Parts: sequence; C-alpha cells; structure tokens
Amino acid sequence: MADEPTTLVTQEMIDTRDVWSEKVYSRPISLNDIIKWGIAVYWPDDPPRIYWDEEYAKTTKYGGIIAPQDFNPFAWPVPRPPARELPKDPGVGERGMNGGQTDRYGVPMRPGDVISTSSALVDWNERVGSLGLTIFTYTEVRWENQNGELVKSRTSVGIRY
Amino acid sequence: MAENVYFEDVNVGDDIPSFTRQTDLMHWNRYAAVNDEFVYIHMDDEAGRAAANEPGAFGMGNLRWAYLLNMLREWVGDEVDVRELGVQFRAINQKNDVLTCVGTITEKIEENGEHLVRLDTNVINQDGNATCPGHAVVALPSRG
Repeated sequence: MADEPTTLVTQEMIDTRDVWSEKVYSRPISLNDIIKWGIAVYWPDDPPRIYWDEEYAKTTKYGGIIAPQDFNPFAWPVPRPPARELPKDPGVGERGMNGGQTDRYGVPMRPGDVISTSSALVDWNERVGSLGLTIFTYTEVRWENQNGELVKSRTSVGIRY
Repeated sequence: MAENVYFEDVNVGDDIPSFTRQTDLMHWNRYAAVNDEFVYIHMDDEAGRAAANEPGAFGMGNLRWAYLLNMLREWVGDEVDVRELGVQFRAINQKNDVLTCVGTITEKIEENGEHLVRLDTNVINQDGNATCPGHAVVALPSRG
C-alpha cells in the first residue's frame, strides 16, 4: 500500500497562488435572458417587475431593468467546455465537496452589459479531521462590467480529502 | 413602492419575512435551462443514487442561493441593496422538499454614512433541518 501523503498542497498551487487568470468576457447580457432567469428562480410566481418591466424599472433608483444578483452571464458558453471526468476510485485528496461561498456585490448587471471574470487561488489551509488529511482552498472570482466597475467578488471554499 | 423597510424600523433580533418554495423537477429543470446546469444528479434518480443520495436526484445549491436573495428582495423591496451573502451547503435538497429561507437581524451598523444590517440566514426544510446556514449584509434606506 502506498504511503499516505503528508500534504495535499501541490507545486501547482504554490506556483499559482495569487496569480489572476486572464479575463474572460461574457456576451452582452440580453433582456430575454434576464427575464427567463427571473422566471426560473421565482417559479411558480411571477418575478418582480424590476426584472422585466422597463416602464416600472425607470421609476426606481436603477432607472431601468436590472438582473437578479445571482444571474450568471457566463452560462451557455460556446465552444462547449469538455465534460469533467471524476475519478472512479478517488484516492486521498481526490475526494471533494463544496465548502460554501461568500459574494460581495457591487453595481447591478443590466441588459447590454459585458461582464469580465477572472479568478485566483488566494489561500489554503490543511488539517487532519474526521475525514483524514483535509485541505480547504479559497478561490476568489471577480466580475467587472464594461466600465471596470465591480459587479461581484466571490470567495469559494473547496474541500478535498 | 420600491422599498418597504427603513433602518430605523428594524431591531436586532427581528425575523424578516420568510420565502418558501416546494422544489421538484419543474423548478430544477427551469433553473438548469437558464444556468446551463444539466447534470444527471439533478435530473435522474438513478444518477442521484449512484452519487450516494438514496432518494435519487437532488436540487442545485445555486437555486437555494437564489431563493435567499429572493427573500431579501421581497423583504426590503425592489431597490434592495444586498452587499454580501455567504452560505455553507450542509444538506441536500431532496425532491419535493419544502424549503423556507429565513433571516434574523444580528447587528445594525452605521458607518461612512451608510445604514447596514447583518443577518443570520438559513434554508430550512420541512423536517426543520438547517440545510444552508449563512449570513447577509444589506444596506437599508434611512428616514434620517
């Protein structure tokens, strides 16, 4: 039997820590995508008018329709990304779970906006817990609009054991 | 009216109005359609069981995230200014679960001319299990 690893920190993690990925840009956000998103997350009720009624939205402080804060302008990419292969018999460090996420919101997304995304592995810590050797990784994703304004900064916690 | 709540009207310990959905494939499939999230574990009972969830297919964490934001928007109104939302996904959303998003104000903060409230949030299922503990920070309008 192979020795159990003493760390799950890889050289790649060390090399890429705090290195921000090249920006990827969304297509311009369409009003129709905002409306469909609102319908999906409020189903079976109608979504709020701020997501679909331009005349009403003009009377709010936003001055127009905005997207829900959970709206994802990067859904449905082409070319399609390759399917992720999960290991059939995962070993130590290959098992994982979602440790949660925190978003900090800036300006809202609006129809016509082009959003950029960039991410970086910013931190990690390891400990031996009930699942054995476990590493918690912290990844930050930053979205900006075409004016360079922050839309969202997300910190995600990944757990591998 | 685009805003329902003012900073001066709320107190630490107040519960905000909840937001409830009973979720099944009608909800999950619609969400998959907008978020490009067609994953077998969210559509197919056999795949759900293969992923160690005995009841079968299960819901997306991202949809619970949306429901929490919906709760905050319905509480404050369309001009709600959610500054921060954080969660941990602790339990699975099973088919036909009745999910209730809840929030309790834990802190009122006045800083830099802003009026912020911090809340503990969660998504509780019909068995009373807390599936999604988290927090939110919301800027409220002031009467001042």
